[in-house]
Amino acid sequence: METVRKVLLIGSGGIKIAEAAEFDYSGSQALKALKGEGITTILVNPNIATIQTTHLLADRVYLTPITVEYLEKIIEREQPDGIMVGFGGQSALSAGVQLYRKGVLDKYGVKVLGTPIEGIEAALTRSIFRETMLKAGLPVPPSKPANSIKEAVAAADEVGYPVIVRVSFNLGGRGSFVAYRREELEAKLTRAFSHSIVGNVLVEKYLEKWKEIEYEVMRDRAGNMVAVACLENIDPMGVHTGESLVVAPSQTLTDSEYQTLRSASFGVASAIKLVGECNVQLALQQMTGEYYVIETNPRMSRSSALASKATGYPLAYIAAKLCLGYLLDELLNMITGSTTAFFEPSLDYVVLKAPRWDLDKFWPRDEILGSEMMSIGEVMAIGRNMEEVYQKAFRMLDIGVLGLVDNDTFTPEDLSAVMERLKQFRPYWLRDVAKALYLGATIDQISSITGVDKFFLKPVEKIVNIAKLIRKADSLKQESREVLFREALKAGFTAEQIAAISGKRYEEVKEAFRTNGWNPWLKNIDTLAGEKPAVTNYSYTTYSGMTHDVLSQGPDGLLLVLGAGCFRIGVSVEFDWGTVNIYKNLKEMGKRAAIINYNPETVSTDWDIVDFLINSELTPEAIQDIASIQSCGGVIISSAGQIGNNVAEELDRRGVPILGSQPSSVGRAENRSKFSKLLEELGIKQPRWATVTDLARLPKIAEEVGYPVILRPSYILSGTSVFIAYDEDELKDLMGKLSRHTDKPVVVSHFIEDAVEAEVDCISDGSEVLMLPMDHVEYAGVHSGDATISIPPYRTSERTLAKIAEYTGLIANALQVKGPFNIQYLVKDGEVYVIECNLRCSRSMPFSSKVYNIDLLGYGTRCILGERLSLTDDRLEEISDRVFAPLQLIWGVKSPQFSWAQIRGSYPFLGPEMRSTGEVAALGLEFHEALLKSWLSATPNTIPPKDTPILIYPDSQRTTPRLKSVAEVLREAGYEVLTLEESPIPGVPEIRGETAVKAIRMRRIGMLISSGYIPQIDYDVRRAAVDHNIPVILNAELALEISKALKRLSDETLKLTVMELGELWEINRQRILPLLLERRRDTEVLK
Amino acid sequence: MDECLDGLVKRIAGAYVAALALEDGTFIVGKGFGALGERNGEVVFSTAMNGYTESLTDPSYVGQILILTYPLIGNYGVPPDFESDGIKIEALVVSQATEPSHPRSMKSLSDWLKENSVPGIMDVDTRMLVQQIREMGVMGGAVQVAESLEDISREKLIRKAREVDYDSLVFEYSAYKEPTIFNEGKSSTIVVVDYGVKDGIINRLMGLGYRVVVVPGRLGSDAVFSYNPKGIVISNGPGNPANMHHAIRLVKEVIESGTPTLGVCLGHQLIALALGAETYKMKYGHRGINKACRDLVTGKRVITLQNHGYAVSEESLSGTGLKPWFVDCDDGTIEGLIHESLPVISVQFHPEGRPGPRDANYVFEFFEKMVRRNGDS
Repeated sequence: METVRKVLLIGSGGIKIAEAAEFDYSGSQALKALKGEGITTILVNPNIATIQTTHLLADRVYLTPITVEYLEKIIEREQPDGIMVGFGGQSALSAGVQLYRKGVLDKYGVKVLGTPIEGIEAALTRSIFRETMLKAGLPVPPSKPANSIKEAVAAADEVGYPVIVRVSFNLGGRGSFVAYRREELEAKLTRAFSHSIVGNVLVEKYLEKWKEIEYEVMRDRAGNMVAVACLENIDPMGVHTGESLVVAPSQTLTDSEYQTLRSASFGVASAIKLVGECNVQLALQQMTGEYYVIETNPRMSRSSALASKATGYPLAYIAAKLCLGYLLDELLNMITGSTTAFFEPSLDYVVLKAPRWDLDKFWPRDEILGSEMMSIGEVMAIGRNMEEVYQKAFRMLDIGVLGLVDNDTFTPEDLSAVMERLKQFRPYWLRDVAKALYLGATIDQISSITGVDKFFLKPVEKIVNIAKLIRKADSLKQESREVLFREALKAGFTAEQIAAISGKRYEEVKEAFRTNGWNPWLKNIDTLAGEKPAVTNYSYTTYSGMTHDVLSQGPDGLLLVLGAGCFRIGVSVEFDWGTVNIYKNLKEMGKRAAIINYNPETVSTDWDIVDFLINSELTPEAIQDIASIQSCGGVIISSAGQIGNNVAEELDRRGVPILGSQPSSVGRAENRSKFSKLLEELGIKQPRWATVTDLARLPKIAEEVGYPVILRPSYILSGTSVFIAYDEDELKDLMGKLSRHTDKPVVVSHFIEDAVEAEVDCISDGSEVLMLPMDHVEYAGVHSGDATISIPPYRTSERTLAKIAEYTGLIANALQVKGPFNIQYLVKDGEVYVIECNLRCSRSMPFSSKVYNIDLLGYGTRCILGERLSLTDDRLEEISDRVFAPLQLIWGVKSPQFSWAQIRGSYPFLGPEMRSTGEVAALGLEFHEALLKSWLSATPNTIPPKDTPILIYPDSQRTTPRLKSVAEVLREAGYEVLTLEESPIPGVPEIRGETAVKAIRMRRIGMLISSGYIPQIDYDVRRAAVDHNIPVILNAELALEISKALKRLSDETLKLTVMELGELWEINRQRILPLLLERRRDTEVLK
Repeated sequence: MDECLDGLVKRIAGAYVAALALEDGTFIVGKGFGALGERNGEVVFSTAMNGYTESLTDPSYVGQILILTYPLIGNYGVPPDFESDGIKIEALVVSQATEPSHPRSMKSLSDWLKENSVPGIMDVDTRMLVQQIREMGVMGGAVQVAESLEDISREKLIRKAREVDYDSLVFEYSAYKEPTIFNEGKSSTIVVVDYGVKDGIINRLMGLGYRVVVVPGRLGSDAVFSYNPKGIVISNGPGNPANMHHAIRLVKEVIESGTPTLGVCLGHQLIALALGAETYKMKYGHRGINKACRDLVTGKRVITLQNHGYAVSEESLSGTGLKPWFVDCDDGTIEGLIHESLPVISVQFHPEGRPGPRDANYVFEFFEKMVRRNGDS
């Protein structure tokens, strides 16, 4: 056993494509495992929205960039004796390797717990990996390493086309690609080289259409191993596993194939001296029985999170214990409580993971799926057959479909067009398979063009056949109709879907099903297929059953807390933080509650944290089904993001009680007309606006509202299809795009330029309000999810804040808010306007709660349950009638994390639509310190070296003066600045776009600063910058503040401190103490 | 037109109906597949998620109706991965029998069952059945597949389920009717005493370079020794070992001969009985390919295939010279024995896998070493 007392755990930073909340889950599990051993834990992770960055899990929390520089300072301060690098994705692993290589770990005597660094390097460096595998007698695809484009081309000639080029130390296959010809290879190589920190690639034989199989292997220090799960990719080799439909357990492997690959996976784990967990990817050709080992990740991964949730085996928790030196059979299987962790789960259900993409938000859109990951989230459907999980997954994706098939499937289309689309994998391609089958294609045809095993296509055919009959259900005999509907339910159809397909009313269909007793059954996930009694709390619903597994029963109704579903742009780990926090508070209040959610990446779907977890769709029908099985005491929608708001009214209508703010209030805040009326009654201003349903009237309405105008459809979250038009010409350009949303009215509102955007995160009981204010560095026009946000407000005056507080109080009262809410304000020339109000948890709540050190959702949960707010914190000041805000004298800044590099070819720009994928934050003793540390925490931001010039250019006349002053500040800071000849800043040396691109490729540009949307001028320049990991700032106000901070840094008037979260809170306390004493004196005098 | 639509619904729903009756009176209707007809047997379940061709052809399942807990069975059709000449189970119970897709598949699961006259029932809640068996213990059952529900009599089927008395039957089964020689030409001979041997065991021994002679157990010890074996393997097979007096006597003679002996599954139980230990019937047995065992000799942990409804009682070991070699990590069941002084070893699990992991293959190597050592002395 390792005898460590203090362990440093590295997190994964801001959520980006290929590094998402799965690391919050695995890190949280590891922290829990360490805590259980009495070990002090130090967590380094700037992702403030995570659940792990609290003192509940970690003893010490550092919100700092994950770089060697910061990690070394933390190690020096904290003197840990152990480090865990396998729980924070590739970011943590790379940081760990660098700490080791630079001798930091040696210097401070920090032991690497788990897989030794040599093993990690053997797994991550392609050439060493290959050598290690061959030495262990394991087959790897023919390949050759290359250190230059020339070498790579020669290697490809030797290996033979097609080839896949793999990049070392990459994330989500970034930079990897397939090439069928030499020209293609050469064109793609430049980018590949820019993404590798070691600068080598591997040119490998491309195993086109081979099966892709993945094993999750646990290995202890004595070499005992288990394969916890075998995952099978439905789409064959060539599509990144993060982009794939993945099924567990494997469906099409014979036992001999399964065991051969399992043994090979064990061989891989042994060869890299694994201690903990790894995944092993293999390619299999069933015709010949040939197979190859593709790669391994000696760390927790997206698949290991999926495997945990799919099997009920807590991989991260057990892996952490193995790192401490436990043997597998010394650890208990927590689900059964009677078996050990030396065990391979047996599933009696089918699990399907389906990715969620948000490529619509990016331009230009390139939606061909390949060896790079572009998906942003995923769902996990559980059922008893393939049909069921396909249909569930497509509903869970929340992409506006009723299942794998719905009436869209039956809209006429040319079969050849559909088949043409199927030649390459695209998001949600399985719906195209359904369509093709409906239009008469055969399974053989589809299998031969896609390479997808027919086993996975047959269920689609069955679904299509059932759907076709449902359309003609009226012509069936009563008996046949009943048989058909029962088959349909088992094949994953819902009453809503059947109603839509057959043209019936939902209520009628559902009522008939209920009368027949056709309700879903709740089945438990217990890791051992029912073989032994297991006290489990993890369930799913299915129509393939005859009984419920034993359900927990209690005197009060069960409270159902809805999760936020799959992550997408605009809904991410911050909502999971809300779900988990509300749940935790309910538990502390002694309530019996369950979480319904299906996102395998999250902490909220960790059955170990939750007393009762249900994997189910978050549709009104599914929630109501569960509510009726479970004698429900109420549904909590506050942390379910937009899903919660969308189901609230429907559930309410069907008599399922909603706790907290009532659906009518939610609707009143969401519906612009109703909300506008309310504001009018309250005498609160908002920007002029109008609704247009007839697009032809748009120019006239825009004229009335006043240019510039902002256009958006109703019920949005992340700003999908929000556009700004400065004049009529621009408006007419946009009208084409808007026609895609004709089903919903378009809201046209006046866009107030250069306005400060302020937000408040609040809790109310309908009478008092707890308000946490903040404001944006960027002026209005940048989506709040993409904005840099400051606490305390940086630009907002005290007088304005009082006004905001007053308005907030009025709105909370009028809407009878019970629980969390958020209001966004615009401030221009001392006037305060309301732009949006959401009666639920907001994106910024983890940030505001942690910076202000106020348990927002502790108060929130009590209010949801109808209790009084009862504020106790002595830092709270009543700044308006019954509106309280805390005193705050330290700073916190939240920065967006973008994934431009991962979204192949997308043009990086900021606007009223959200495009960031995550967020990071830092605290500091002053604004610029917090700002700079926060900005540096987002990848790939770094402080540009003084010897490389900064490229800075405006998008229009409007921003030129502002960027000019940025350029001046940067010059004062000692930087050379260059501007773009095609869009210059007067007085700054100019270079041509082409030259800029070349300079960027050679890393001769340290940072790019621009603004607005000018792809016709600088597409290549911006794209080159993000492809080459060069920091990019796309907003003038942010650029100005960052450059000021850089200047102060070089003047040495700014210090970037490294302090633990609790220490910072303590400093805040010390700083406000004199104010508190003064206030107390005043009160006493009054008495 | 309507008639035709109704026909399409029928096609989706399946042509046959089926029912499963249990001796406790449970009667469940599902869809039928495989062969028409009626079979009874002891109802057991396995949690193996793949390897159904190997399981169905495992002679140890003779006399048993098998429930597979994984809901989709038949996905890769029927590749020629058999453990004997055909299906050995009495009937199959699954959630869904699927259509095959695999380049090595010869036919669908349903067609294969039909060829072997084995009825199958699907569209039943297998998890519920497993829980029932887990609580009540294994019990008799009967499955009937018919063209229409009217052809199935509930009372008759339950009666048929109650007729099953697996525990008192004397099986002394053999997979091979006559002595059969494999790897002819190799010098060193291992005799496998066949009480229902899995081909995987024969294969393993062949892989070690032995001439392997499979001798049906009923032929007695003379037949066994007539091949001048360097080592003897007592095979797996169906039935209650305590009833198999003839076999126990044979095994005793084998042990007394001093020939290195390996017992597998039933063979392990017979060795224990022959040396005076006792066996007992387990409530619902160990059937799956994810069973964790601890090797008490090396300290190694292995995941194994297990398929046993009886086990050797630990308390009865004293005085027999037998010591636990493997134990089940979860419930402590004796999963292997090693003799203090005699060249006798046995495992309750299946070290050959098929289906299941190959982690415990080394048991055969251990046996080989024992044979070699014995030959040297």
